[in-house]
Amino acid sequence: MSAPIIGSAVRRKEDHRFITGQGRYTDDINRPGQAHAYFLRSPHAHAKIRSIDASEARAAKGVVAVFTGADFARDKLGGLICGWMITSKDGTPMKAGAHPALAVDTVRYVGDHVAIVIADTYAIAKDAAELVRVEYTELPSVTEPSKAQSAGAPQIHTEAPRNTIYQWELGNKAETEAAFKKAAHTVKLNVTNNRLIPNAMEPRAAVGEYDDGTSGYTLYTTSQNPHVARLVMSAFIGIAPEHKLRVVAPDVGGGFGSKIFIYAEEVVCTWAAKKVKRPVKWTAERSESFLSDAHGRDHVTSAELALDGDARITGFRVKTIANLGAYMSTFSSSVPTYLYGTLLSGQYDIPAIYCEVDAVYTNTAPVDAYRGAGRPEATFIVERIVEEAARQLKIDSAEFRRKNFVRSFPHQTPVIMNYDAGDYDASLDKALGLADYKNFPARKAEAKSRGKLRGIGFSTYIEACGLAPSAAVASLGAGVGLWESAEVRVTPTGGVEVFTGAHSHGQGHETTFAQVVAGRLGIPIENVEIVHGDTASVQFGMGTYGSRTSVGMTAISRALDKIEAKAKRIAAHVLEAAHADIVFENGEFKVAGTDRKLAFHEVALQAYLGHKFPTSEIEPGLKESAFHDPTNFTFPAGCHICEVEIDPETGVTKIVQFTAVDDFGNIINPMIVEGQVQGGIAQGIGQALHEHGVYDTESGQLVTGSYMDYTMPRADDLPDYKLGFTVTPCPSNPLGVKGCGEAGAIASPPAVINAVTDALGIKEFDMPATPARVWAAIQRTRAAAE
Amino acid sequence: MPGVAMTVNGKAVSGDVETRTLLVHFLRENLRLTGTHVGCDTSQCGACVVHVNGKAVKACTMLAVQAEGAQVTTIEGLAKDGKLHPVQAAFKEHHGLQCGFCTPGMIMTAVDMIRRIPDLDETTIRQQLEGNLCRCTGYQNIVKAIKAAADETKGALA
Repeated sequence: MSAPIIGSAVRRKEDHRFITGQGRYTDDINRPGQAHAYFLRSPHAHAKIRSIDASEARAAKGVVAVFTGADFARDKLGGLICGWMITSKDGTPMKAGAHPALAVDTVRYVGDHVAIVIADTYAIAKDAAELVRVEYTELPSVTEPSKAQSAGAPQIHTEAPRNTIYQWELGNKAETEAAFKKAAHTVKLNVTNNRLIPNAMEPRAAVGEYDDGTSGYTLYTTSQNPHVARLVMSAFIGIAPEHKLRVVAPDVGGGFGSKIFIYAEEVVCTWAAKKVKRPVKWTAERSESFLSDAHGRDHVTSAELALDGDARITGFRVKTIANLGAYMSTFSSSVPTYLYGTLLSGQYDIPAIYCEVDAVYTNTAPVDAYRGAGRPEATFIVERIVEEAARQLKIDSAEFRRKNFVRSFPHQTPVIMNYDAGDYDASLDKALGLADYKNFPARKAEAKSRGKLRGIGFSTYIEACGLAPSAAVASLGAGVGLWESAEVRVTPTGGVEVFTGAHSHGQGHETTFAQVVAGRLGIPIENVEIVHGDTASVQFGMGTYGSRTSVGMTAISRALDKIEAKAKRIAAHVLEAAHADIVFENGEFKVAGTDRKLAFHEVALQAYLGHKFPTSEIEPGLKESAFHDPTNFTFPAGCHICEVEIDPETGVTKIVQFTAVDDFGNIINPMIVEGQVQGGIAQGIGQALHEHGVYDTESGQLVTGSYMDYTMPRADDLPDYKLGFTVTPCPSNPLGVKGCGEAGAIASPPAVINAVTDALGIKEFDMPATPARVWAAIQRTRAAAE
Repeated sequence: MPGVAMTVNGKAVSGDVETRTLLVHFLRENLRLTGTHVGCDTSQCGACVVHVNGKAVKACTMLAVQAEGAQVTTIEGLAKDGKLHPVQAAFKEHHGLQCGFCTPGMIMTAVDMIRRIPDLDETTIRQQLEGNLCRCTGYQNIVKAIKAAADETKGALA
């Protein structure tokens, strides 16, 4: 008997097309007669548009059309939306300004969309864009969250006085204040969470098409959630009724959150396809990705921890200003609130927590969910201040954490979340062993003998993913439910097609979902086909983000329950046995206690023949669907330990060891899970050491607008990781699985910065720890000591 | 528009292009060989690496007309007679790809690296990947795949 397929490192079914150049990404799609689009963008951070004269561009040879915001508005279409309503602490709804797909009279960030130029070729469209004359009156701009609310700051949307979108709170304020009054010790920390630019390797792209014969639109686009794109474009923007709009997200080259959102370009290309009676194709150049993909993070936070005389955390208060950029992107409002404040308890039993968040507009690209979304920001502040507390109290970092761990489950935090299961000691112990923590002092001494500063940093993190119970998120302001759907169709010859509303853009669903099906039905994995990413074949789905594959897998599992139930009824008739006597194991329906049995494919055939069972009682065919709404988030948790060596002469930080022990519950495919962890840690290390989205504070220009200015982690910037796993099965889904896609990016930045501050012997240090910044910090420390 | 002719994946091809047309666009748009990808506009990501006259080249750094008469191999031409190239097989075996977008460039770079450098070690592989960006994998499994392919073929790659 071979090893069970669920839990095995099955090689990926999708790989063949990618390694042979046969992937089909949006830019690989070409439609007959297509025209090409170029978007003319604002060169200014903030300006009034006085006039746009496109006559010369329109007259250029090969130009099909030029459209501006006035043309779009004339068709009475809506603007882009933010789908999550946040209520301020004074009870008022968030103050959102309009977000037109093409600017009407004002541009609000460098890269804002001013016009679409459509031509026979991309080169002609791009050339013609230079002939569009736009007269601007420049306005002062503000890019920093800490300056956006100042009295003299430029006003970006009239709807949001002082650029303040909402002032939100969470937690028990009075108890928290009381905890601080009684505290034996308090620890303060100021933290900046740097702006990141997602940089999926495939730039965004869209091909919009209109069929006059059927009055139907088709949009091929780089989306993590094609059904949500269709819903928003239909219900809010008004491009077409949902049933007349097909959205296809074919192979998608990475997302990391940035391809969740509904962007101007795909909306405008779809709309324009009907106007010009040709398919309209647009693919971003990388510089456009830098300018106009939704960015991530960009918080400034002050935090304070209260402790009793026994080093137990008794209270935690946090005040954050979150930069949401020039417009509110699709899910932007939820990121610094319900995906952030709710995680501030970390792995710790903290009786009182109070969090305040001001979300502000600035003249920068919109900021929205990026791998981890809110949870990295929360984990960073929690794990940085916990580390600082341990240092101030002179208690071993691991032991201080252990002293404050949650140990009894379920555990209700003061910030909404109900942790269902976990074993934080187990992951900490395993990580300490893998990292050889006890010999760290010897390694530090040895490094010192070479003139190097060695430091160690911990991050014992928890995150909440598997988004999410629909009623729960509705009560928090979500405009959608966060269930997932699955349809399982068994063919007459026993093949299985699974239609999932989840979307795979690197996660390997075509393999892991097929493992779940093959394992459950006892059939070869080759007989299972996973279909996703097309609204014409999948009924509905919420897409993939927030490590919510556990939801999609559970939906499949529930549909398989129904398949098994129906197949058993059919098998009972065919085998002329009582229904109660039919057992299903290893892909065979057997009459218990006899040798009579039918293989899965035999029952499938009988289901379609309809010859041997009463079709008045049992419908022919074998096809079932399920919509699964999770009953709780899943709570991956674990311990990451980073060791760095810093060269004090150059400021170069080298990660010499990185250990990660994660508890993702049951694991379907360890090879894929390890890959997710490795990729997540790489992005976390990128944030901690390399990446920084920077705007010039005077001009509002994006300074880091290419790979020459924005440091993407390269192969020789990163170490090999030591990975380990512990398992506490998730109690809220039948597979016992938790999300694994974001943990690496959530857990790793504080581990790295705790190691850097340990090596340098300093308290506060803002990411990224580039050589220049580390060197400057060393010089400041030396100057202060002299 | 000038005409250009070259051999791509063993087949003689030709076309009329604007002078400014990059090799990568000629491959993708004229020949519809869409396995070669464009991930940036500053010649840094390496998603467009192909082989020109046996050497790895970023197809975005070269005009199509500069490849006149050249022998070009793209990712589509790497497997022979339905058999995967050992580097392709190693990427699958070691989970060296996730979204797959950087993969063609990574594989073409890796094949070139293995041909050029005997006894590749991990540090050298990481340094040699300086011109290829991946956002999904954290590189660990890419490095593992290249090392495995290098060890397996022992520099014997044609």
